[in-house]
Amino acid sequence: MDHTEQIVSAHGLEARVWRKGSGPKLAYLAGFAGLPKWIPALDALAEHCEVSAISLPGFPGGGRGHLQLDSLFEFALATHDLIDAASCRGAVLMGASVGGALALEVAAIWPDSVSKLVLQAPFGLYDNANPPTDPWAQRGDKVDALMCETEGAYNDLIKRPGNADAVEWPIEMTRAREASARYLWPNSATHVEKRLGRIQCPTLVLWGEKDKVQPPEYADTLRNGISGTVTVETIADAGHMIELDRPDAVADAVARFLKG
Amino acid sequence: MKLMWFHLMPYTELPDDFRDNHPSVWVDIHSSLFDPQRAHHMYNDFMDELEFAADCGFDAICVNEHHSNGYGLMPSPNLIASSLARRTKDTALCVMGNSIALYNPPTRVAEEFAMLDCISGGRLIAGFPVGSPMDTAFALGQNPSMLRQRYMEAHDLIIKAWTEKDTFAFNGRFNQQRYVNVWPRPVQRPHPPVWVPGGGSVETWQWCAEMEYVYCYLSYYGYKAGMQTMMGFWEEMKRIGKDRNPYRAGFLQFVGVAETEKEAYELYREPAEYFYGRCLHVDPRFAQPPGYTTEATQRAGIESQVGRAASEQRTSLAVSKSAREYDAILDNGYVITGTPDQVAERLRGIAKEMNVGHLMLLLQFGNMSKQLTQYNTRLFAEKVMPQLKDLFDDEWEDHWWPTPMADEKRAKVSAPSMRAAE
Repeated sequence: MDHTEQIVSAHGLEARVWRKGSGPKLAYLAGFAGLPKWIPALDALAEHCEVSAISLPGFPGGGRGHLQLDSLFEFALATHDLIDAASCRGAVLMGASVGGALALEVAAIWPDSVSKLVLQAPFGLYDNANPPTDPWAQRGDKVDALMCETEGAYNDLIKRPGNADAVEWPIEMTRAREASARYLWPNSATHVEKRLGRIQCPTLVLWGEKDKVQPPEYADTLRNGISGTVTVETIADAGHMIELDRPDAVADAVARFLKG
Repeated sequence: MKLMWFHLMPYTELPDDFRDNHPSVWVDIHSSLFDPQRAHHMYNDFMDELEFAADCGFDAICVNEHHSNGYGLMPSPNLIASSLARRTKDTALCVMGNSIALYNPPTRVAEEFAMLDCISGGRLIAGFPVGSPMDTAFALGQNPSMLRQRYMEAHDLIIKAWTEKDTFAFNGRFNQQRYVNVWPRPVQRPHPPVWVPGGGSVETWQWCAEMEYVYCYLSYYGYKAGMQTMMGFWEEMKRIGKDRNPYRAGFLQFVGVAETEKEAYELYREPAEYFYGRCLHVDPRFAQPPGYTTEATQRAGIESQVGRAASEQRTSLAVSKSAREYDAILDNGYVITGTPDQVAERLRGIAKEMNVGHLMLLLQFGNMSKQLTQYNTRLFAEKVMPQLKDLFDDEWEDHWWPTPMADEKRAKVSAPSMRAAE
């Protein structure tokens, strides 16, 4: 069965919601580049839950609302409101990479709005002795190897489909990077460590063993800081965008977490 | 026309292997390459050169702002301009400029520019650049997605701070100040002329026209590469009903003059190859922070790439921006060299074709010595300038030039420059 598409709005912002599967509700916030196209990881997740991939302002499907948002808090509020608009209040919240930074904020600021939390190599932490890589200061031909272990996986995600506009597609890809930069520039440190204790729900933390963007050691900070029970799983043969490298491993880990 | 002497203040002792063994001249250039004691001499030489240019009769001397940059040693051009204000008398001071989105609060720029205008007796040209990606987003860590919104707000705040008589409150999107009251106020009323250096974006052209500001295209790649941009600027002015007053525009050109063509060819080889080989060695990963370029400009760029790919194959008009060998540098027009008559003829033709009334000249570039810089400057002033000065003046008035205090009302400069007499 194909996924459905719905446009939801909240306080002047719009989001595209792709939905598939049945069972417990899971709101999915995509990673670097957003979701310019459907990815197999969503199919794999839909085997175990009703997954709602909610595009955030500035990311593909999210319009240009990011230009109205001037702070991390305003992005977090927009995320919270769009999750509500997508009828996912109280659902499992899953955030990957730059989307993970916002999932952390929603779970910390509105802990009652999230039943369970899945974090996949989230942005937001910063260790001076082991800093994350700057994802925005990269040559275009280096990003693929930075993001994924599987050669070409990231490039396939952002590659223009034959029926897409040759001018607008690359602008949309740049806009996605701008959207994450807007709330994470310059070094992606959100100081969420100070708020981690407010997160009380059970939490699953996934990290690619070979993540070259966000150091896997950051999982310990999340484990030690979050008040709820934290399970950490390291995914072998995966880089930062585990959902592209090992979609089935991501889905399996989430399935175990949902049953637990 | 106005002839303006521009200094970038390049560090002149980057190593021979710089291009091969160092990733970038900008943002992460290594501190081990910077010798403060050598820089002491460079700064003093550069300031001597600017003062010398003023003494030689250039209409303006120009400085600009760069950060973490091996070819631009002026994180604060206002410091240099402050000294120049005391050491020069009639020359306009063009600070090109302060990247106003970087200052928190931007009233700092209103204050410092007002100070410069007071010290100089009303000789300031206030440049308001957005700032390069390398300077703003990377070296100073400003958010590229908000930079232009901040720029526009900073502009509005500065202009209001210069023109509003009473203390006022500013409640902006990015800046909030309960009490804005700039002391000192600028000499020039309502404020110093505002010039805007920019790339080739239509939005900037339209904004300059709307605000009656000078648009400056400060490219390092010379008149051949810049021609298309300036043609686009004038087409847009025509479209929105503005006149063709050449003083609406400024353009930058590297120039080397000598007594003979052969001498000119030989003298400027090393500094040209130093500049284009080492100073423009910028890591491309710092070129495109997301959000820095507006979507309209991205769209125009992508569309023109598609169009240009076809048209340039037909016409072979493409001007390379990657030349590093001297002959290619000259062939592409990055640097114009020759005898005074040759240079004058070419610049006159370029200024007319581009319709540019403010010609900014880089007569020091790369690792050019003070001696050669002063030779170049003097020869230009004595033998080229007289052949260009009359251009446009019988037809157009420069409404964008500083209006200083009357000479008899100005303070006597206590330490007049002796450079021209040396």
